[in-house]
This record gives sequence, structure tokens and C-alpha cells, in this order.
Amino acid sequence: MRALPALCLLLASFTSHAETSQQIRQTYVAEATAQQAGFTPAGKRGEALFRQRFSNNDKMPACTSCHTDSPLNAGQHAITGKAIRPLAVVANAERFTDSAKVEKWFGRNCKEVVGRACTPAEKSDFVTYMSEVR
Amino acid sequence: MKRIALTLLIGMAVVLPPPAFADRLPLPTNTPASYKVECGSCHLAFPPALLSANDWRRTISGLKDHFGTDAAVDGKNGQEIAAFLERYAGDAGKLGSAGEPPRLTQTARFIRKHREIPEKYWKDPRIKSAANCEACHRGAALGNYSEHDISIPELRR
Repeated sequence: MRALPALCLLLASFTSHAETSQQIRQTYVAEATAQQAGFTPAGKRGEALFRQRFSNNDKMPACTSCHTDSPLNAGQHAITGKAIRPLAVVANAERFTDSAKVEKWFGRNCKEVVGRACTPAEKSDFVTYMSEVR
Repeated sequence: MKRIALTLLIGMAVVLPPPAFADRLPLPTNTPASYKVECGSCHLAFPPALLSANDWRRTISGLKDHFGTDAAVDGKNGQEIAAFLERYAGDAGKLGSAGEPPRLTQTARFIRKHREIPEKYWKDPRIKSAANCEACHRGAALGNYSEHDISIPELRR
């Protein structure tokens, strides 16, 4: 039963592109709720995570190192300089519409910037913020 | 006389191979999607001809620590990308050594092609990294590396 959210995500990844940010958020919320009863996602916590500076990587101490101070802006990779499209759904409709892609980038970026895997609660909050920010 | 010259010209055009435009480096039409997604997210999906097969092999085998980043690609995608890069790799003799770890910006060919760029531009915040081809070659994603189409006006020729 605890594996159900993960299974949902896996199934969803086979039918990529047909998802919405709400569906992807719901999957993470279900996972977070399984770990912590009564969990409710909060965009404010998501924003705090987005802005938090970590001491894991001095070239990329925070999400903002590449994604700028506003998720509405286009970003730039801190090392390579490659352009990055905005994170906010309102500025980039393709964001959070492919769960496999979302998982891949949470996986890579949390490890690289935060220095560990992000929790389902953190992912829920982050997706909530990026879906709500205007 | 004019006619002979014309015939000769047409004859040459048919017989001689077209000149190799070194500033045209489009990705092969059969480039796997995995290459564009896995390698082209953090930097340009570089033309495979910019490194030799041996240097691509070394790059692929070191993806776990790819210039400080874990860029490991698993299973089928990894094999597909490796096979693609090796197939379309550049000529080791013409490229020259790419150093250790291999950097496509360190081959003798790359250095020769960019020798007229003053040092200060490499540190320009608009450029950030020598491997950021698109900072100057705005048509790089489409394979256009012409020195006439440079986005930084001072460097245009």
C-alpha cells in the first residue's frame, strides 16, 4: 500500500506529457501523506526551499543560482551558461507536465544543490509554489 | 571560349566534391532523442565531430563525475548515446589531443579556430564557459558556426 504513490508515478511516466502540474503535485502529496498523516502542501514552504542557500556546492548554492531570484524569469546554467526556460507554470506551460522529467530533475538537482534527495513533502511544496506563483 | 570555360566550370562542379565548410556542423539527422535530452539539457548538444571516438569513450565512462556533476545515463540510453557519439566522432589526427579529462574546447583544432579571440572574452559573463558555443555562435543549435554570425558585435567578422 505504501508503494502505491510510487506505482502511480511510474504508471504516469509511461503516458508522459498527458499530465498536469496538479496531477504531479497530487502524486507527491499522496507520498508525503503516507509518511506524515495530515500533510498539506504549502507554496510558502516551496518558495523558502527555492530560495534557501545550501553549503553543498559553492558554484550552485541554491535553486536561484541557475533559475534566478524569480521563477518567472528565464534562467542560465551557472557553469555552462545554457539558457533555462522559466520554472513557473504561468511563464512556461510545459513545466510539471511530464512526471518522469520532474522526477529526473528533482533527483539530479536535489543531489547537486541540497546534497541529498528531496522528500515527497518538499517536492509537493515546490510544485505548489511553481504552480501558484504569479 | 566563354562556352568552353562554362563547360569546364560545370564539369568541375560535377566532378569535384563540394568544399567542406568547417563552420557548418549540424547534428546528424538520425541523432537519438536521448542524446538531445540527456546531454543537451545542461549544455548544447555538441556536434559529435568535436571530439575523437576515444575521447567520447572516456567522457562517457566518466559521466558519474562529469566536470563536477553526476551526469550518469543508465542502460539503453547510455549505450545509444555512446554508439552515436563514436559513430559520428571527429578525426583524432585532425582534432589533436583534448587533454585529461577530454575537453572539446582544448583540442588543437578548437584552439586554432579561436586563436583570434582576446583572452578577456572567455571570462565575459555573457560567455561564462568556452563550451557555451551559443553565447557567440547564435546559430549553434542549428549547426551554424560561421564567424560572420556572431552575437557579440566586437567579435563578428
